[in-house]
Amino acid sequence: MINFILKRISIAIPTILILIIISFILMHSAPGGPFTSEKPLPEQVLKNINAKYGLDQPMYIQMYNYITGIIFNFDFGPSFRYKDRSVNDLIAQGFPVTLKYGSWSFIIAVFFGVSLGVIAAIRQNSYLDYLSVGFSVSAQVLPNFVMAPILVLIFTLWLGWLPGGGWEGGKIQFVIMPVIALSTSYMASIARLTRSSMLEVLNSNFIRTARAKGIPKYKIIFSHALKPTLLPVISYLGPAFVGMITGSVVIDMYFSTGGIGLHFVNGALNRDYSTIMGITILIGCLTITFNLLVDIIYAWIDPKIRYDS
Amino acid sequence: MIILNKKFNEIEKNISKIQEVKGRSLWHDARVRFFKNKAAVVSLTTLFLVLLFSFLGPIFAKWSNEEIDWSVLGDISTLGYPSIETGHYFGTDELGRDLFSRVIQGTKISLMVGIVGALIAVVVGTIYGATAGYFGGRIDSIMMRIVDILMSIPYMFVLILLLVIFGRSILMLFIGIGLVSWLDMARIVRGQTLSIKKKEYVEAAITIGVSHFTIIRRHIIPNLLGVVAVYATLLVPGMILTESFISFLGLGVQEPNTSWGALISEGAGTMRYGTLWQLLFPLFFFVISLFSFFFIGDGLRDALDPKDR
Repeated sequence: MINFILKRISIAIPTILILIIISFILMHSAPGGPFTSEKPLPEQVLKNINAKYGLDQPMYIQMYNYITGIIFNFDFGPSFRYKDRSVNDLIAQGFPVTLKYGSWSFIIAVFFGVSLGVIAAIRQNSYLDYLSVGFSVSAQVLPNFVMAPILVLIFTLWLGWLPGGGWEGGKIQFVIMPVIALSTSYMASIARLTRSSMLEVLNSNFIRTARAKGIPKYKIIFSHALKPTLLPVISYLGPAFVGMITGSVVIDMYFSTGGIGLHFVNGALNRDYSTIMGITILIGCLTITFNLLVDIIYAWIDPKIRYDS
Repeated sequence: MIILNKKFNEIEKNISKIQEVKGRSLWHDARVRFFKNKAAVVSLTTLFLVLLFSFLGPIFAKWSNEEIDWSVLGDISTLGYPSIETGHYFGTDELGRDLFSRVIQGTKISLMVGIVGALIAVVVGTIYGATAGYFGGRIDSIMMRIVDILMSIPYMFVLILLLVIFGRSILMLFIGIGLVSWLDMARIVRGQTLSIKKKEYVEAAITIGVSHFTIIRRHIIPNLLGVVAVYATLLVPGMILTESFISFLGLGVQEPNTSWGALISEGAGTMRYGTLWQLLFPLFFFVISLFSFFFIGDGLRDALDPKDR
């Protein structure tokens, strides 16, 4: 087990470094510098600005400074657009918001997805089953950017129950719609996965044995069938996490919640290189760490994985 | 002698009879099974109609997608509604342009992005995966490690970073989507190749000294086509979703071009002024096309996957 964890960590660290290096090289291969604008600045001014941001040094020194800054001080450098703010400020302001509705979405997607899948599998071919299959099929074509306007249309414009945007420190009525919009399609995927996996498990020999022994049905499901059922679901958690973090960009845009997605899109529209780079790297690190955790949990549950690799 | 001749004649007849019986290839079987699947056939028809709409629609359009209808501009919500009299079958957008023509334009671009993106993924992913799987050993583990590393990077952010740095154009969108979309394909193809390369016909080819390149081209890839076809049809909606996501944020397709994502974004932004049709028409085409692709993919999988027979 410890070998397995060490092996995984030895993949994760170079991945993060590669991500940083790729984004850094990309940023520096951009045509024109970050301060090239339609109205060219006087040469001396441009020189001074470049010196201030350290852009006059050779690229490898810049890269070294950038990487060591991130690793030792968790410092993503200054924003190239907002002179009085660093990328860290933007992240510190936006991240708690994203974390709040993001984690709620994740919990809700997993909990309701698994429950729905299990219920559908137990009552196979009942109307509950058809309902859940229908839901998970239709939710495939309802990604967050489709759900968000539909929700606003129904709950804000027609019913007038919920505010159509804003955050206000995360009051419940501002969190509901972002969470639903973000979690629906993943909830559906998890339900689908759980259902098919549960059906397969219920047909296997050890469940038949358990039934033959006369163990009550709920006990078979919870203490025998659930654990193997969840294996494919756990391996889906990594992609789901990535998808939700990506979706948060749309949520921030559409509901004006002010999470890091908002700063990312604004950075992208204003060509604020250091901000988009900083956020990309932060999210990359989060994703890689999360995948590492998922792998470890997976190996902990399924011994086959940790001995095979 | 005569009797023998008679016998020969009979044998000859029988042989020619046997030859008249048509062989049933894998693809023929698959086609029969596919057309028995109602959902898949309906989807195929729907998709064909959408394609027809995007090619024949301009004949019926009274307004081009660039013309501005000055008579409705300024009061879109009361005058720009869908009507046959004004020639705006789907109404107009916020700038007084004909939504019917805009939707046709968006449909073309979205489908193109989806199909071209999937095509890139198919070509690159198949060659990469087949090579890795066929050679195995160290080459395989290095190639797959690279895929693992690239996969754990949150690609949407890197894609947006690319678009920001190299300019937001359709070409860049293609390159960016192509860069990330082949990863899954490579994994699936590699897994399939591993099982194909143990087959007798590959062994036979190796023993008579066929070169590796020819074996991959003549024996491995043709036998992969079933899996590739299934996965490619599921990739198309994935690509369309990616493109729509980016265009929804305003970072993808740029004016005067448009796509489903951009149109949905526009409609979602203006629906609170009572111009609901601006959201619903693009959304309708988006949803039915995506549904169709998913069902066709499912149908193909059922038709081509020998496991479920």
